Amino acid sequence: MTKYIHPLPQTHWLSRLRRAISHGDLPWKWIIIAASVLVMVLILAVGEMLWRESADARSTFGFGFLTPTLTPDWDPVNDEFQAWPFIYGTLLTSLTAIVLALPISVGIAIFMAELCPPWLRMPLNWLVELLAAIPSVVYGLWGIFVFLPTVVTPVAEGLFETFGTVPGLSVLFTGPVPVSGASRLAAAFILTIMIIPTITAVTRDVLLAIPTSQREAALALGATQWETIWQVLLPYGLSGILGAIILGLGRALGETMAVTMVIGNSIEGSASLLRPGYTMASIIANEFAEAVTKLHTQSLIEIGLVLFVLTLILNMVARFLVWSVARKTPQEARA
Amino acid sequence: MTAHTTAHQTNFQKLIEKNHASVSLRRKVTNAVMLSVTGLMTILALIPLFWIIGYVVYKGGQYINLDFFIHTPRPLGMEGGGVLNAIQGTLIISGLASLIAIPPAILAAFYAANNPNTPLGVVLRFSTDVLSGIPSIVIGLFAYAIIVKPMGHYSGFAGAVAMAMLMLPTIIRTTEEMLKLVPHTLREASLGLGAPEWKTSISVVLPAALNGIMTGILLSVARAAGETAPLLFTALGNERYDLGLIIQSGIAQKQGFFEILKRVFDQPVDSLPLTLWKYAQQPYPERIEQSWAAALVLMIVILLINIFTRLWVESRKRRLQG
Repeated sequence: MTKYIHPLPQTHWLSRLRRAISHGDLPWKWIIIAASVLVMVLILAVGEMLWRESADARSTFGFGFLTPTLTPDWDPVNDEFQAWPFIYGTLLTSLTAIVLALPISVGIAIFMAELCPPWLRMPLNWLVELLAAIPSVVYGLWGIFVFLPTVVTPVAEGLFETFGTVPGLSVLFTGPVPVSGASRLAAAFILTIMIIPTITAVTRDVLLAIPTSQREAALALGATQWETIWQVLLPYGLSGILGAIILGLGRALGETMAVTMVIGNSIEGSASLLRPGYTMASIIANEFAEAVTKLHTQSLIEIGLVLFVLTLILNMVARFLVWSVARKTPQEARA
Repeated sequence: MTAHTTAHQTNFQKLIEKNHASVSLRRKVTNAVMLSVTGLMTILALIPLFWIIGYVVYKGGQYINLDFFIHTPRPLGMEGGGVLNAIQGTLIISGLASLIAIPPAILAAFYAANNPNTPLGVVLRFSTDVLSGIPSIVIGLFAYAIIVKPMGHYSGFAGAVAMAMLMLPTIIRTTEEMLKLVPHTLREASLGLGAPEWKTSISVVLPAALNGIMTGILLSVARAAGETAPLLFTALGNERYDLGLIIQSGIAQKQGFFEILKRVFDQPVDSLPLTLWKYAQQPYPERIEQSWAAALVLMIVILLINIFTRLWVESRKRRLQG
């Protein structure tokens, strides 16, 4: 009896599959798709893990964990936890940093995109990006030993003397200013330096994406260069610049090491910018490895969850805004 | 259309009125002042950069010496000693993290470069952005939950996983850009000769973009090597870590390669930024001196990688653009 295997007809799906596999393209396609899906799966996994690992803290404390309160409670001995002081610290330092960084960053972006001679543009770009490449701990070290005594303490003293007694504002500027200078203001200053590269890079890209016709039209109408920038270019790129601000805010919220080193790490009732405090990231950095009780660990993870959700939302909004500017501008409009 | 025209005419009218001589001077002054302000802002932002670099070089330069690189730490309060354990830890963690992150990142970059407009391509780009926006401390929590908690102890491996997640988005993005720079004709020639897609990608497109991809990887390693937050509760730190001793004792006990490898990665390790952070908070002056030295080493490595890669990328771009 002769052994004879009948070849499958060419059109059979099994045959086509076998050919595709032996040719290698089908496995290749699935491998690269799997790698692409992995990125998305990782994000979902992070969210799922934070949600699962904070289950007990969420059921024990409910929404009271996050709501503003005048008598915050963070007591690892008695297992009482509330996150408000950290949320407040994060929001106050980040928003202050944004307010300070915005004019500087937009100024640099305008200078780089519109004014500076072409040979200067690239080195300037590098230098600003170097600001982002310096490790966070180095900022912290420099902050503790150099920046706090020489800049932050005098500025804080000045602010205290100027606004400390002004009704309304005094909440933010009550003293006394700590001797070391470690305070929320110090954290805000360090954050300002650290988010300048982010806001600058996006704003510069937005400005460069605006069609030249807009500039030419404004200049032809007799506007000065500054009027062109202020009244035409900035409004045109407004949503992109808003996206840049939000991206910067996202970076500021998550910044850990430098802030932990200069913010003073103390839980107290004061709402003042000049007093030491904590941020969400810095409380995790300081206490997570030493957390003993389950509820303490879970509360810290819940703070991580809040941080994760906040940055997720901010990132989505920012990308959408930047993308909306890019879409508004036809590709060929700018040569 | 008519509304448009009138709007322009009114603007024009306004501008003519504005151009009246007395107003014109004010506009000129405003223009000059504001344009100089943008220049001042630029200088203002560069002051901290030079201040930090200068001060770290000044301070670190005083305290750095050979012992710093070749000895492990002495007990608290004693002079001398170095941070060999942290240098080894940084190398181990970044090396392992690169091994974990590079393959999936390059594959995903192939997908992103070839299919930018498919639904998955859009989702990929978006999730790359989102992943790079997740705070590194949260990534540390994640690595703690998936590795440290099930294994029951801190380890260099957990630190490397956290680092790999930080490196992933950067490598994907730079690789994608480098792949897009490869001329289409090269790809088409290979496909036209009958090579399958995967072979074209691996043996034609990848080598053409390899140098660029390597620089992207170097940049992301440089960034990851300076990170501390994700290592705080994954790698934890270990002052008695000594790679040489581990390997020697492993060989002495006739352990196999994989057993030694397991001992290298399966225990807490230190890293330079982690050491810097711990030392900076201690009341011992010699430890603070060492943290300045650690800052100097970190800065030199990171600045060198940054400058080198940027110079290289620029020269390459210029060459590719003709």
